[in-house]
Amino acid sequence: MSALLSVELAYWQSTPIRLIFALVAVLLPAGGAVYLYLFKMMSFMQSRLGPMEAGPYGSMQLLAEVGKWMQKEDIFPRKADKIVFALAPYVVLLSTFLLVLVVPFGPDAYFVDLDVGVFFALAVSSVSVIGILMAGWASANKYSLLGGLRAAGQLIAYELPMVLAVVGVVIQAGTLSMQGIVRAQAEGEIFGFGGLGNPYIITQFVGFAIFMIAVQAELSMTPFDMPIAESELVTGYLTEYSGMRFLLFFIGEFATANIFAFFASVLFLGGWTVPPFITDIFGIEYDDAIFNVLGPIVMLTKMLLVTFLVYWARFSYPRFREDQLQRFAWKILIPISLVNIFVTGVLKVVF
Amino acid sequence: MTAISDRRQMAYIANQAADARVNLELEAEGMTLNIGPQHPATHGTLRIVVRLDGEQVIEADPVMGYMHRGYEKLAEVRTYPQVTTLVNRIDWLGSFANEVPFILACERLMEVEAPPRAQWIRTIFHELGRIANVTLFLGDLGVQLGAITPVFLAFRDREYILNQIEAATGGRFHPNFDRIGGLKDDLPAGWIAETKVALDKIREFCNTLEDLLMGNEIFQSRTRGVGVIPADVGLAYGLTGANIRASGVDWDLRRDNPVGLPYDQVDWKVWTHPDGDSFARCWLRMQEVRESCNIVEQLLDTIPGGPIMAKVPRVIKVPEGEAYVATENPLGMMSYYVVSQGGLEPFRVKIRSASFSNMSIAPWLLKGVYMPDVITILASLYFILGDIDR
Repeated sequence: MSALLSVELAYWQSTPIRLIFALVAVLLPAGGAVYLYLFKMMSFMQSRLGPMEAGPYGSMQLLAEVGKWMQKEDIFPRKADKIVFALAPYVVLLSTFLLVLVVPFGPDAYFVDLDVGVFFALAVSSVSVIGILMAGWASANKYSLLGGLRAAGQLIAYELPMVLAVVGVVIQAGTLSMQGIVRAQAEGEIFGFGGLGNPYIITQFVGFAIFMIAVQAELSMTPFDMPIAESELVTGYLTEYSGMRFLLFFIGEFATANIFAFFASVLFLGGWTVPPFITDIFGIEYDDAIFNVLGPIVMLTKMLLVTFLVYWARFSYPRFREDQLQRFAWKILIPISLVNIFVTGVLKVVF
Repeated sequence: MTAISDRRQMAYIANQAADARVNLELEAEGMTLNIGPQHPATHGTLRIVVRLDGEQVIEADPVMGYMHRGYEKLAEVRTYPQVTTLVNRIDWLGSFANEVPFILACERLMEVEAPPRAQWIRTIFHELGRIANVTLFLGDLGVQLGAITPVFLAFRDREYILNQIEAATGGRFHPNFDRIGGLKDDLPAGWIAETKVALDKIREFCNTLEDLLMGNEIFQSRTRGVGVIPADVGLAYGLTGANIRASGVDWDLRRDNPVGLPYDQVDWKVWTHPDGDSFARCWLRMQEVRESCNIVEQLLDTIPGGPIMAKVPRVIKVPEGEAYVATENPLGMMSYYVVSQGGLEPFRVKIRSASFSNMSIAPWLLKGVYMPDVITILASLYFILGDIDR
């Protein structure tokens, strides 16, 4: 971050700047994706227009909704465990903000470049389970409890295929650092042809598919939305939440969707880089300062492409049953990802 | 002073009692879950008390009557033409179909017969009601299983049918169009051609939904083999309509009991399915929508001319006697048992609505299934609250 601003900053100076950037990196894409996909794409798929009144083409609708939620009464159920109930949305949001820290947006535009970035990301993504369990238990509502338990079971089951799918990428890149993986893709070549680099979506396509399925489940979006299954459990662990706390859960859900999409683009689509043949045309290097501006735009584009897949599935599929979902994770996804790791390892040694 | 502390004391005792109840519940086998009266899946005010062991249902007990409106009793203080307004509200999605058996029973008592044109139009609206009703079922099924898109398509395409009903009768939902001895009005000009266009839209909708929902593997894995009703059990519980036909019983009152409706003039087919599971019920309803489109199209082509009203007195007095008429309505068999003592008002009207009997199999069917399947089974049984509680 200090390299990005090309001045030396003290810790207390750089921290607020980082905070502001983190807020922007979480909230801006979340708002954009909610408007583009949840409001507009969903409406067009369902032969309606969606919000049209607030701002041009309803683009200010989200602000209006946020205003509405902030005005609402903050209701605590009488039997609720008040402290846990109040804290739960913040725990979910915490995992979102921790996740965004390791995403690189450019050669210098990153919050931290951990050597174990991938490992860190996979670890903190599980923190949200605690928040959801807290919400489910503290609401003192049977639907919430069922939803919370379902969420816990589901998130634990799908954590594993996600980790195993990423392992293939890590083997191929030879590093756990996010920047390292981005560089490895940009500088890689497929059978001596380096014009496209080596985006791992080509060589690790199985891993990408498994990763996206696991992301869908981690986000509990249809077809994996049993925790909030509105026709069975009203809205699961969200049932008793209203006003600001519901808004926090909402932000957590959609911001996490975007950040997982950032991860998918870092791990499989080459991150903030563009294919080398384009840089060759314009005669720029990946280390040039211009990529600190281009990088975030490229990342946003790739993120929107990946989230499109997520929401497309969300609006078209019915949901699984709990046991079918577990069977799918343990009997299909995990064996395939293990085979994927094995094959990747063998090929890595051979080539 | 004492009053406040008394109230506090009582609140404390009530709290303790509630805690004790919760503890008792946790210690006892299973957890009692009230699905409804206000729940997204009951689309109305049905309440099902479910005892759960984990997510498995130990026993389920539907509690009906939250929407009881007393139509049987109200009918006794209405004149005969006024009763149709009431019975319109029983199955509110296929309203016209509710009027038909009552009017037929009255006509039988009065020994009048509607002219052929009226019979034809009656049958057309009976089938249009079925299409409007079941189209919405097909979309709603998606919502119950978590797919949100089909229901919007269903609402969109049902509108074409409702527009046609409105164009002819003036009422989108509650036509109140049937009269003893005929109909209120003739069809407006150009209606037949427009209806054919609307039928094409519905056929297109069926094809879309077959691709979007029925062919989906998740949908199939959620519905196939879930909530299997064997034919004998279904018959014993008095299941009718598509629910029993999905269990392989070839029984359709439109064909087997034509009571003044010209179904025998039309070339059509009664669909059955051998499986009896939720998928069979959904599939069967979809085929019936397509079949209804065929029936309506043929009736539109062969509609005879002539008057739409038989000669009936201005003030309708039904002679003494009793009549029972059953027809095949969108939800199953609907029948009216009308007893007259020769006055302006019926002495007694017994209404047999299909959903009430269809719902009665729920405790048997829900035993031992998982919580998500409860919703699938309830959705595939297809009840309408007004039809359960009358």
